[in-house]
Amino acid sequence: MSDAHVSKFRQPLVTEDRSYKQISEDILDTLEAPPTKGWLIGFSLSLLILTIGTIVILYQVSTGIGTWGLNKTVGWSWDITNFVFWVGIGHAGTLISAILLIFRQRWRTGINRAAEAMTIFAVACAGLFPLIHAGRPWLLYWVFPYPNTRGPLWVNFHSPLLWDVVAISTYLTVSLVFWYMGLLPDLASVRDRTKSKFRKTIYGIASFGWNGSTRTWHHFEVLSLILAGLATPLVLSVHTIVSFDFATSIVPGWHTTIFPPYFVAGAIFSGFAMVCTLMILTRKIMNWENYITVNHIDAMCKVICLTGSMVGLAYGTEFFMAWYSGNPYEQYAFTNRAFGPYWWAYWSMITCNVVSPQFFWFKKLRRNMAFVFVISIFVNIGMWFERFVIITTSLHRDYLPSSWVMYSPTWVEIWTFIGTFGLFFTLFFLFIRFLPGIAVAEVKSVYRFARGNK
Amino acid sequence: MKKDYVIATFLDDEKLLHSTEKIVSKNVKIYDIYTPFPVHGLDEAMGIKRSFLPYITLLAGLTGMILALSFQMWVFNISWPINIGGKPFMSIPSFLPITFEFTVLIGAHTTVGAFLAFNKLFPGKKPVIIDPAQTEDKFIMAIDKDDTNLDDITALLKEGGAVEVRVQNIDLSI
Repeated sequence: MSDAHVSKFRQPLVTEDRSYKQISEDILDTLEAPPTKGWLIGFSLSLLILTIGTIVILYQVSTGIGTWGLNKTVGWSWDITNFVFWVGIGHAGTLISAILLIFRQRWRTGINRAAEAMTIFAVACAGLFPLIHAGRPWLLYWVFPYPNTRGPLWVNFHSPLLWDVVAISTYLTVSLVFWYMGLLPDLASVRDRTKSKFRKTIYGIASFGWNGSTRTWHHFEVLSLILAGLATPLVLSVHTIVSFDFATSIVPGWHTTIFPPYFVAGAIFSGFAMVCTLMILTRKIMNWENYITVNHIDAMCKVICLTGSMVGLAYGTEFFMAWYSGNPYEQYAFTNRAFGPYWWAYWSMITCNVVSPQFFWFKKLRRNMAFVFVISIFVNIGMWFERFVIITTSLHRDYLPSSWVMYSPTWVEIWTFIGTFGLFFTLFFLFIRFLPGIAVAEVKSVYRFARGNK
Repeated sequence: MKKDYVIATFLDDEKLLHSTEKIVSKNVKIYDIYTPFPVHGLDEAMGIKRSFLPYITLLAGLTGMILALSFQMWVFNISWPINIGGKPFMSIPSFLPITFEFTVLIGAHTTVGAFLAFNKLFPGKKPVIIDPAQTEDKFIMAIDKDDTNLDDITALLKEGGAVEVRVQNIDLSI
C-alpha cells in the first residue's frame, strides 16, 4: 500500500478516524433506518412536482405541441434549451467517475456514486424533451434504422439530430452499466449486513452473487478502467454532437466552429455546479460530512472557477469572431444578443456564468458551504440562460424583417420544465434512500490515504 | 463440488498482503481471497494472470466500428441513395459520429457482458459466502487443503497475522 504513509502535505480523504466496519455503518445503516423528516419532506415535494409535470405532459401529448409558445420564426426554444441544460448537467458525473479515475484522483471516491446517479437522472430528464417535441412519442422508434416496409427507407445518417439520438442513447446506457457495476460490491455488503429477510432477497438478486473474490476484483478493476477509458471520449463526444445540432446549421450565431469545446466546457461547468448543490444538501441530510468533505467541495469549486472562465473566454471569442469575420449577419446576431430585446437574458447569463464563479479564486469562499450553495444555484440559472440566449435570440430575428417576432413560453412549457426537476429529485431521493449513496468499497480502499497504518 | 479448504481470517489488509506474499514465496497455491474492497497489489501477490478483458473490448469495439461504418455506407450508396442538399453519397466525415458512438456502445456492453459471464455473476445468483463480514471488514483467505500441509500453513498464517484458521468443507468453485 503505497499511499498509506502519513503525508505532510496531503490530508486524509475521510476526515475522522473510522474502522472499516464503522464506514459501512455510517453509509449503509441509513438504508435500513426509517426515513428522516428531511428526506420525507424533500421526497413528497419532489413527487408532487413530478405529478403536476406528468399531468402537464399528458395534456400536451394529447392536445399537441400547439400548446407551446413556438411560432413560425422561433421553432425551437424552451424544449431544446431544457434538453441541452439537462444533458450538460449529466456530464459532471461522468467526468468525476471516468476522467478523474484515469487521472487517479482519489478524492473522487466520496462523491462519484452520487454524481454518476445524477448523470443518469439528468440524461433521463433530457431525453423527455425530444420525446415530447416529437409530438407522437409512441412513434419514436422511427428514429432507429430498422428494416421497414417503406423501401426500406432508412434514417438520414447525415443529420446531427440522428447523431444525437445515437450519442444520447449510448451515453445513457453506458453510464447506467458503469454505475451499476460499481454498485455490485456495495449491494452485496447490504445483503450480507441486513437482518431483514425481505431486504436480503431483494439486494441478493440485485448484487448478482458478488462475494468479493480477489479474482473477480482484479477483473472488476480492469473493467472500471476500460469503461472509464470509453466513457471519457464518449462524454466529450456527446456534448460535441449536441453542439452540432446548432453548429452544422447556417443560422447566424449558431454556425461557428467554437461550439464543441465551448459546449463541453459549459456542460462540465453546469454539471459541477449541480453536483455541489446536491452534495451540500446530501452531506447535511445524511450526516456524511466525514465522507463528502469540505475538501471535496473546495476541489469542485476550483473546477467551476476554471470552466466558468473558459466559458467566459468563449463568449468573448464569439463576439470577436463576429466582428472579425466581417459578416454583417453574424455581427447583427451578436449585437442583438447583448443589446436587443433579450438583453436581460444575455446579461443574466454573463453575471451568473462569468462573474459569479470568480469568487472561487478565494479559498475562504470555496470552503463556505452556504456561499458555495448559493453560487452553484446561480451557475445553474446562468447556464440555463446561456442555452436560451443561444437558441432563442439567434432564431427570433430572421433574414426577413417581416418575420421578426418575440417568443415567450406558455404555462405548459414552464410546468414541463419544473416537472423535470420533480422527476430528477424524486429519482435522487429514492436513490439515496434505497441504494448506497457513497461507494463504500472504494472509500475503504482509499481510507488509509495520507493517514498511516492505523 | 465440496472440498476441504483451509480458511484464514484477517482483520488487516496490510498484514494480509504481507502474509500472502510470504505464502506464495513458499510455493503454496492460494485458492482465493475474499475482501470487502480491492486491496491494491493483492492480485499481483497472488500471481493472478492479467485480465483478458481489454482484448474483448478491442475486438467488440472494432466489430461495432466496422458494422456502423459499413452499414451507413451501404445505406447511402447501395440500398437507397438520397440526395440531401447535394451532399456526396460517400460522405465519410458525416458517418463518423455514429461510427464512434456505436464503437463505444458495443465495446462497453460486450466487455460488461464478458466480465459478468466469466465471473459467473448474474441476477439472483446465490453467493458463496464463507463469513458474512467478508463484504464488510474481514479478509478471508481460502487454500485448498490438498495443496498444503495443514500444520505448516496454520503456523505460517498465524505468524502472518491471521486471527482465525480453520478447515471448512465448502463448494467455492460455483
